[in-house]
Amino acid sequence: MSHLTVFEHDELPAEQFEDVEQQRETSSLGMWMFLSTEVLFFGVLFTSFFVYRTRWPEAFAQGAKELKWWLGATNTAVLLGSSFCMAMAVHAASEADDRTIVRWLWFTVVLGTLFLLIKGTEYAIEWHEHLVPHFRWSPVAPGAGEPRDPQLPLFMTFYFVMTMFHALHMVIGLGVLLVVIVLARRRHFTREYHHPVEVVGLYWHFVDTVWVFLFPVLYLLRH
Amino acid sequence: MAGSANPFRLLPDSASGIAPRVDALTGFLLLATGLVTLIVLVLIVTFVLKYRRRSEDEVPPATVSRVSLEIAWSAIPLGIFMLMFYWGAALYVDLRRPARGAMEINVTAKQWMWKLQHPGGQREINELHVPVGRPVKLVMISQDVIHSFFVPAFRIKQDVLPGSYTMQWFTATRAGEYHLFCAEYCGTMHSRMIGRVVAMEPAAYQAWLAGVTPDEPPAVSGARLFASLGCAQCHGQNGPTLAGVYGSTVALSDGSSVLADENYVRESIVNAPAKIVAGFPPVMPSYRGQLTDEQVEQLVAYVKSLGAAASPSATRPSPDAAVPVTRPVGAQPPDHRPDFPPARNATDYDRPAGSQPHP
Amino acid sequence: MTTVPYNPDYGRPARPTYLSIAYRVSSWLLTRDHKRIAILYMIAITLFFTVGGVAATIMRLSLMTPDGRLTLPETYNRLFTIHGVIMVWFFLIPSIPAVLGNFLVPLMIGARDMAFPRLNLASWYLFVFGGCFTISALVLGGVDTGWTFYTPFSSSFSNTHVVLTVAGIFIAGFSSILTGLNIIITVNKLRAPGMTWGRLPLFIWSNYATAVILVLATPVLAMTLALLCIDRVFHVGIFDPAKGGDPLLFQHLFWFYSHPAVYIMILPAMGVVSELIPCFSRHRVFGYYFVAGSSIAIAIVGFLVWGHHMFVAGMSVYGGMVFSFLSFLVAVPSAIKVFNWTATLYRGSISLKTPMLYALGFIGLFVMGGVTGLFLAAIAVDVHVTDTYFVVAHFHYIMVGGSVMAYLGGIHFWWPKITGKLYPEWAGRIAAGIIFLGFNLTFFPQYVLGYLGMPRRYHAYPEEFHFLNVLSTAGASILAVGYVLPLFYLLWSLRYGPDAGPNPWKAMGLEWTTSSPPPPQNFERTPIIREEAYAYDRMTPQGSDNTPIIPLPAAAGGARESGRPGSRPESSEWSDQ
Repeated sequence: MSHLTVFEHDELPAEQFEDVEQQRETSSLGMWMFLSTEVLFFGVLFTSFFVYRTRWPEAFAQGAKELKWWLGATNTAVLLGSSFCMAMAVHAASEADDRTIVRWLWFTVVLGTLFLLIKGTEYAIEWHEHLVPHFRWSPVAPGAGEPRDPQLPLFMTFYFVMTMFHALHMVIGLGVLLVVIVLARRRHFTREYHHPVEVVGLYWHFVDTVWVFLFPVLYLLRH
Repeated sequence: MAGSANPFRLLPDSASGIAPRVDALTGFLLLATGLVTLIVLVLIVTFVLKYRRRSEDEVPPATVSRVSLEIAWSAIPLGIFMLMFYWGAALYVDLRRPARGAMEINVTAKQWMWKLQHPGGQREINELHVPVGRPVKLVMISQDVIHSFFVPAFRIKQDVLPGSYTMQWFTATRAGEYHLFCAEYCGTMHSRMIGRVVAMEPAAYQAWLAGVTPDEPPAVSGARLFASLGCAQCHGQNGPTLAGVYGSTVALSDGSSVLADENYVRESIVNAPAKIVAGFPPVMPSYRGQLTDEQVEQLVAYVKSLGAAASPSATRPSPDAAVPVTRPVGAQPPDHRPDFPPARNATDYDRPAGSQPHP
Repeated sequence: MTTVPYNPDYGRPARPTYLSIAYRVSSWLLTRDHKRIAILYMIAITLFFTVGGVAATIMRLSLMTPDGRLTLPETYNRLFTIHGVIMVWFFLIPSIPAVLGNFLVPLMIGARDMAFPRLNLASWYLFVFGGCFTISALVLGGVDTGWTFYTPFSSSFSNTHVVLTVAGIFIAGFSSILTGLNIIITVNKLRAPGMTWGRLPLFIWSNYATAVILVLATPVLAMTLALLCIDRVFHVGIFDPAKGGDPLLFQHLFWFYSHPAVYIMILPAMGVVSELIPCFSRHRVFGYYFVAGSSIAIAIVGFLVWGHHMFVAGMSVYGGMVFSFLSFLVAVPSAIKVFNWTATLYRGSISLKTPMLYALGFIGLFVMGGVTGLFLAAIAVDVHVTDTYFVVAHFHYIMVGGSVMAYLGGIHFWWPKITGKLYPEWAGRIAAGIIFLGFNLTFFPQYVLGYLGMPRRYHAYPEEFHFLNVLSTAGASILAVGYVLPLFYLLWSLRYGPDAGPNPWKAMGLEWTTSSPPPPQNFERTPIIREEAYAYDRMTPQGSDNTPIIPLPAAAGGARESGRPGSRPESSEWSDQ
């Protein structure tokens, strides 16, 4: 009933839908639409990055070399692995195999957390090397280092802003995954109704895709 | 007068060569749009009166749609719009391309005043004296935020940016005093950042010029800087020659070419790696942060003054300096006289990184 | 010929409406019902409109004297900034989509609710939460950057509460995105049987196009504002030339959102007008597909014209020409709409009730404002008039003379449906007239002021602009009276107005087939649609297939069940009621 408030129990399908299938299609379409907004959200960052890369080519090449590409590459592999686990979880969900769902979701969460830990390590290294604009910066590389390009802070700003927004999306994704794990353990899903898992899967794959673009753009454009 | 006191005017003074042409286009737009607006309003009023509902259950005859009508009232407006676009674009090209022989005035905008300098070094604050009938090109930069140099009587306006030069030009056609407004919101006293442009007959202008004491021409200051910074080490020997470069088309190492205007010269000083001249290695260091804005301006003035002189140490080109062969239409030959603001205290221009915003 | 009022409950105990089903405060603040959420939005935006309107009033009073002595320059600058911020983001952008759209979209397509009711409520909370930030900034001293936040002034120079204000806009932006998302998905997935795309009311087409813009453009604003805050808080120089940043990049990013945003503000208004004109001329819209298609065209081309805000900002000559050309193109679909509405009136049966007065006022004022857009698109003229009162007049003609009038027209039109009450018609007409008069007196002089050269955002101005400013302020005081009047008589009607009945206007459209106010689930039974929208030519005193004006007397069809009808019905007829 439309007079139900947000916290009151809902039947399946929800009142505005004719059947569960319509509800499922609607949820998916909604998530795809939302992901399109995210494309534009990150698009601003990529656009601005390339504008400045054209303007300050030396600074941006130097910046790419300062980043630890092997950590970034490891993270890429970790995230791709987590997407694989997510896909397996979605497949298990279509068969309403709750224990398998939970297992694969846990793998996804573990790999996602590993990504964040590696990212944190990278940030710690950058902190140590005085590469954090405004907070800990040195115009000369620590030790008997070479002077840094005066526009290097701009590159590092973009690096931190882009990876932090990405990390924020990952943290939100991990939170939602935990909620879905709880739901799966409560036997909440059936063959017909498992679209929370699907929809979270879409979101997770998207977050992975953003990283697949972030990594080469930030780490690999070294000239 | 700076705008007559008549409160019932519909048009500002028309005091530049381009002003009547802008007004003509406006007049056409007014006529065309006014006509269509009138037709639509008359039709609506007519229909409302003629077809007003006479009884509560009246059901009028069905709407008869006509695709031909739709096409017509889409295509005809489109055609008229294209005419408006073309006229506006053609006029705009003339608005943006300075006439030959334009006198360059340097404008520096700052919260909340205008600083101007004439080619001979004469300075003005919030006022600009110009001769009637001579094209004047304004080369403008801001010391802080974005401003906009707006002279309604001339129908010209251009934003003034920090960090790069913008330009506009005009030819005053009538002597008089005209409003100068800042047209881009720039803070507390934005509405007080006003002044006047005084257009004078050429003789009166010369008399006025003679009465103002000029400061050291910036190109002279630039020549001193050029020597003290050791620029001649490269630019006198292995590096790209600077004589005659201003106003020419420079071929770059990535295959493109660029017009060597004020912004190119400035960028070459503060961000050399962005554009490397073809055939030369990318070894010029960037002077960003080591020179104040107006030191850069003085160097730019110096480079402009080199014209086609063979030796980069000359501070003034000979009056009959050869004009560079490759010059795009409308670009200016290097001026004979330097034209940038004189040296000031560094604190006027410097804002150290991380400083607090200004009150 | 007398008419029998339609009473579906004749002889039966009164059924609960969405208003009467529950009265507790929690039933409002935790509701899932799109109709209640629409009313929550209506209250919120009315409050914001008041704040923005008070700011405008003080501004106009200050502008009565050339030296602006009523306010300090600092105060004036904060006033015009908060006026712009509140009116754009906290009034105009949500007004029609979140109030009328939320209420009507499910009703018009025959659905029981929006696709995501909880997200709908979340969007309202985000809106109010964001508004709290911005109002806090106002209370703490305000912000003085202009609603456009140009850098480096906003990032490195202003001493005011930029981050707080911008945080509010950022949060409210998510509210916009969720509303747009909901509209798109609802229209895509929840249409009743027989409601094909070609049978949708034009209000739906307009709001759908608007929702696409909401969803795609708002994230750009969100990130741009986030970068602005980062620049301001951490002094990293993203937009500050002193540190290698580019102030023009901010402008490009800002206007890439803010130009489509103006179409967010006008498209729904055009959708409202597309509903009012057919009803009050009892005529099918002249070119349905052209009007529907023009909404989509405006949405698409509207993404390509942002540079026309930057003709004098330092853009190249060729860039300027491209944007000028595209800006002329985007004017064509709007012209198509205006001609179609006018043609709809031809040989119609026109009734000048209050909503129609607003609709006709819209067309007149929108045309006047829209043609001045052509002046601005003509790049050589724009050089003279940009950043002057000419632009201020142009956008106020469209946003106030257009959007606000359409919003008021829509509120009056659907007021009986929303509340079940009729407002006093004479009061509505008087208020509409006062608004129309006051509006023109306020803003027409500003065209002249602009061409004469008075720049915008000026606290004080040269003496020669005095007379026109006084005219403008006089108009503003009349306009203010006009805006206050509906508040009084609409509220009065809630208690003292006569019952409206399901279809007081004898309009076509699914929302008029259900009771006023509607039941919580919108329809007693899922409607089946068999004809296109605005089938006024098939109107009889008994109505038409889909919209019974007066239904046949209740046959022995038995008691109707409340609640969800279950799977899509195949054989149930609507008109056997």
